[in-house]
Amino acid sequence: MRREATALARAVRSGETTAAAAVEESLARIAEVMAGELHAFLSVREDAAREEATEVDRRVAAEPAAALPLAGVPVAVKDNIAVAGDRLDPPHGAATTCGSKLLEPYVSPFDATAIRRLRRAGAIVVAKTNLDEFAMGSSTENSAFGPTLNPHDRGRVAGGSSGGSAAAVATGCVPIALGSETGGSVRQPAAFCGVVGVKPTYGRVSRFGLVAFGSSFDQIGTLARTVEDAAQLLAVIAGVDSHDETSVPDPVEDWVAGLDAWDPRGLRIGWPVEYFGEGLDPRIRSACETARDRLTAAGADVVEVSLPHASYGIAVYYVVAIAEASSNLARYDGVRYGFRAPAPTHATLQDLYFRTRAAFGAEVKRRIMLGTYVLSAGYYEAFYGKGTAVRARIRADFDAAWERVDALLSPTTPTPAFRIGEKVEDPLEMYLNDVYTVSANLAGIPAISIPYGRVPARVGGGADRPALPIGIQIMGPALAEKRLFRIARFLEREGGKGGAADGSER
Amino acid sequence: MAAEITISADDVRHIAGLARLELTDDEVERFRGELSKILEYVAQLESIEAAVDAKDAGADLPPARRFRKDRVEPWPDPGTLHAEAPDFAGGFFRVPRVVE
Amino acid sequence: MVQSGEAGGGREAGGGYVPAIGLEVHAQLRTASKIFCGCRATYGAPANTQICPICLGYPGTLPVLNRSAVELAVTAALALGCTAHETSIFARKHYFYPDLPKGYQISQYDRPLASGGAIDIVLEDGSRKRIGITRLHLEEDAGKSTHTPDGTLVDFNRCGIPLIEIVSEPDLASPREAYLYLATLKQTLEYLDVSDCNMEEGSLRCDANVSIRPAVQAALGIKTEVKNLNSFRYVEDALAFEIERQAARLDGGRPVVHETLLWDSVRGEARPMRSKEESHDYRYFPEPDLEPLVVAGGWREELRSRLPELPQAKAARFADRYGLPAYDAGVLTATRALADYFEAAAARFPDPKEVSNWVMGEVLRVANERGEAIALEPEPRPVSPDGLAALLRLKAGGKISGSAAKEVLGIMARTGRTPAEIVAERGLEQVSDAAALAAEVAAVLDDHPDEVAAYRGGKVGLLGFFVGQVMRRTKGQANPELVNELLKERLAR
Ligand SMILES: [Mg+2]
Ligand SMILES: [Zn+2]
Repeated sequence: MRREATALARAVRSGETTAAAAVEESLARIAEVMAGELHAFLSVREDAAREEATEVDRRVAAEPAAALPLAGVPVAVKDNIAVAGDRLDPPHGAATTCGSKLLEPYVSPFDATAIRRLRRAGAIVVAKTNLDEFAMGSSTENSAFGPTLNPHDRGRVAGGSSGGSAAAVATGCVPIALGSETGGSVRQPAAFCGVVGVKPTYGRVSRFGLVAFGSSFDQIGTLARTVEDAAQLLAVIAGVDSHDETSVPDPVEDWVAGLDAWDPRGLRIGWPVEYFGEGLDPRIRSACETARDRLTAAGADVVEVSLPHASYGIAVYYVVAIAEASSNLARYDGVRYGFRAPAPTHATLQDLYFRTRAAFGAEVKRRIMLGTYVLSAGYYEAFYGKGTAVRARIRADFDAAWERVDALLSPTTPTPAFRIGEKVEDPLEMYLNDVYTVSANLAGIPAISIPYGRVPARVGGGADRPALPIGIQIMGPALAEKRLFRIARFLEREGGKGGAADGSER
Repeated sequence: MAAEITISADDVRHIAGLARLELTDDEVERFRGELSKILEYVAQLESIEAAVDAKDAGADLPPARRFRKDRVEPWPDPGTLHAEAPDFAGGFFRVPRVVE
Repeated sequence: MVQSGEAGGGREAGGGYVPAIGLEVHAQLRTASKIFCGCRATYGAPANTQICPICLGYPGTLPVLNRSAVELAVTAALALGCTAHETSIFARKHYFYPDLPKGYQISQYDRPLASGGAIDIVLEDGSRKRIGITRLHLEEDAGKSTHTPDGTLVDFNRCGIPLIEIVSEPDLASPREAYLYLATLKQTLEYLDVSDCNMEEGSLRCDANVSIRPAVQAALGIKTEVKNLNSFRYVEDALAFEIERQAARLDGGRPVVHETLLWDSVRGEARPMRSKEESHDYRYFPEPDLEPLVVAGGWREELRSRLPELPQAKAARFADRYGLPAYDAGVLTATRALADYFEAAAARFPDPKEVSNWVMGEVLRVANERGEAIALEPEPRPVSPDGLAALLRLKAGGKISGSAAKEVLGIMARTGRTPAEIVAERGLEQVSDAAALAAEVAAVLDDHPDEVAAYRGGKVGLLGFFVGQVMRRTKGQANPELVNELLKERLAR
């Protein structure tokens, strides 16, 4: 798609173009990308999207502009977010699969709160995107329907678990997309695919309709080509919801207004030393240094800070989030919806459970096993109890940092996108890829990853094509999204370049 | 937690039983190794002194919890929910007989 | 052998065993909607019509706590003398069963809503025994499974109805005490109007923990859990069965093993459960979808101030204020509706004991005949307290006889008319005019000279005969006391 979401919505509202035309352009680009077998999409809502576009064009004539901030904007949605379909009406029967065989015949009878708000704002869901099964993974290789390839290098992963949404935006199929995070699952694929990815404060966006993985971590996040679009999309879906007790009541400010006018004078930017240690690709470190220097040049102060418990983040995550996951996945039992294993006539109920749940993929089984183990009799205190206690320490580290700085600058990932299959044999190695992103999920704070240049696939391999995008991350205190968007926009303006994957620089 | 965590094949089978996961013998062996390795990694938490709280989120309790009003708001069409079931017969969700 | 344990809690020494029984009671709360979703919470709808994606555990759904469920649970906790904790925490209790949609029940575990209460039961000899309540917590109900040869059929209408679970200390020393505890608990919950407590409909359910120990031993024995005690009779039968079973094992030198048994009321035996919850490893952890439940002092005290008077306090007040015997006070306070009715009638008539006699006697009989319960709401049944008081006034004033009053009460219940109208219409008014009755008396004595002579000769038993004759002449409307008086006076001359 040529235009950014905010610009497109303006054009639709002014009558310069229509929602119908925007949806056609998006569907055409999706068809091209699908033909290229990147495998970013699990389903396309062709007929439904066209009908909805007609309706939006009607609304444009009838409603004030402020009611339609995303008028006619096509959106791609990660397939663990419920978009209502109708099983009995195939054109409107788009499934919500979570990338799992366990939900292969499942059609959600309701919209997620975020989807309801998107529709109200005039956006149109055109496609559901690929993901690691139940969002469990960092590469989208765990999708039951096959991996999503990185649009910049098909031999590499798109990242995960929101790999499909990141690839959909990077390839210009849609200007904006929804993903979800439990431990870096929006920011990491955004960094790998060269787009902006936002993980809001825990509770900013209702989780109603987001299929649960680690409930005390899960958040819907936004992906876009620009900071402004990511902010606009988040503003539309954010806000308290009576269907989610954990959604926060704090008002959603205007995150878009004044984005360009801001400058970093007086900003105290933190440099968390633990994030620049062993294992970090030096080129990503140097990208962070460039960003830091741009900020200081424009009047920000840089302060070194320590987050002493940061290195325990992955361990805590793999105790607490996985315990919650084992619980959240207990409902997939073949009784009320979704997949039930075919069984011989004399099968028992237990056969039904075991055979049905055998259809989970290896990573999901691994996490269910681990989560069940840490919650089981005799281990609870040592693992879950200890994990939540250390989690509180990690929060406290951040709270102490906010006494001294306004935001933290860090890498999003230790390396650019890795090769397909490179880490599947070593789950722990895969988990460690989330080392810089997972703390924000543990602490419930907002974080944003923006593309910040490209590097050759290998260190020192300057002549190699293609180059891979890298991302840098800004984290802030709870509810400080506005500040993060401003810093991110400043860096974007001052030369962050991820670039589109179709060859054109936009 | 023990610094050295060894998980036996029987442990794996017991956990799989609790979680109702059917595992092949190969899977049992693979998970035995992987879980041991992950739990060993996770055991680094042992070295941190941190008090165990019932709910870590308890530190910053929300000032006013939101409730649902006791109002009946029925789902408009239970039939859509019946239609999602793998086996719905005579008004009931059906499963193989529970052996009691 | 097992001691009966009826009196003194069964603690007296002897060669036998002393049972220690604790009950776990689940009561459905009377909310309009379910605990975490907007589905209707009423009983009796066609299967699987009161369901929604939330109570069916659809992917992406979340629970939101019903405020009324909390208020009803706190009300019950306060009435049972529990400490209602300022902060309680919901927890997930995991097990797989087809009627449990999410694979876990949202319950409370190490931070329950309330703990540390007690209720007093009145034993058969009139003495009181205090039974400790360990904890009271809030949770969701599961669906209902029916096992047929064609498979297990699940109805989720019940799934998500709010429950309170009330766990007693093992203070109950006999099946009879368990029965009395359950009855007292039920009465209290009904008084509070927090639950229907209908055991047939499953809104009150009971499981038990049972152990026995030699009378000389202080430590409790190994307990078993007996489930499915879903009527008052089953509670006594099942506990008696299980106590005997444990005693027989110990007598035979075999230890009791910790297990869960299911009471089979048809066969009259408790059988071990094989399949369910093989290891009791429920893997509890705090429910991340629900905020901690904070019931702060102000809210709690407001609920406390709205607590109704409870049965035992009410019975004591009835005895004191109305001068009723303990028996009457106990009967009249059996339900809140009956007690309220009595008080409404007693406020309208100056003799409370007379009101008590009538409410416990004739009013109750008429109500039973009509298949009604005595109540003020929604309409007074079987007659209004005003009507009853008016009737009692007619009787006390000698306007109608006791037997006429009974007849009038029945007609009042049928027609809704006032007693005065009925008496006038049916000519039931009693003749209390001494002059008129004197004439009738004279006529009877004139007609029976032989009997008069016999009476005067000493056969005073003939007085009843003369009374009967007078009543006959007056078609039963003569005031019998006055007739007696006049006869004695005339015959003495
Ligand atoms: Mg219970
Ligand atoms: Zn419901």
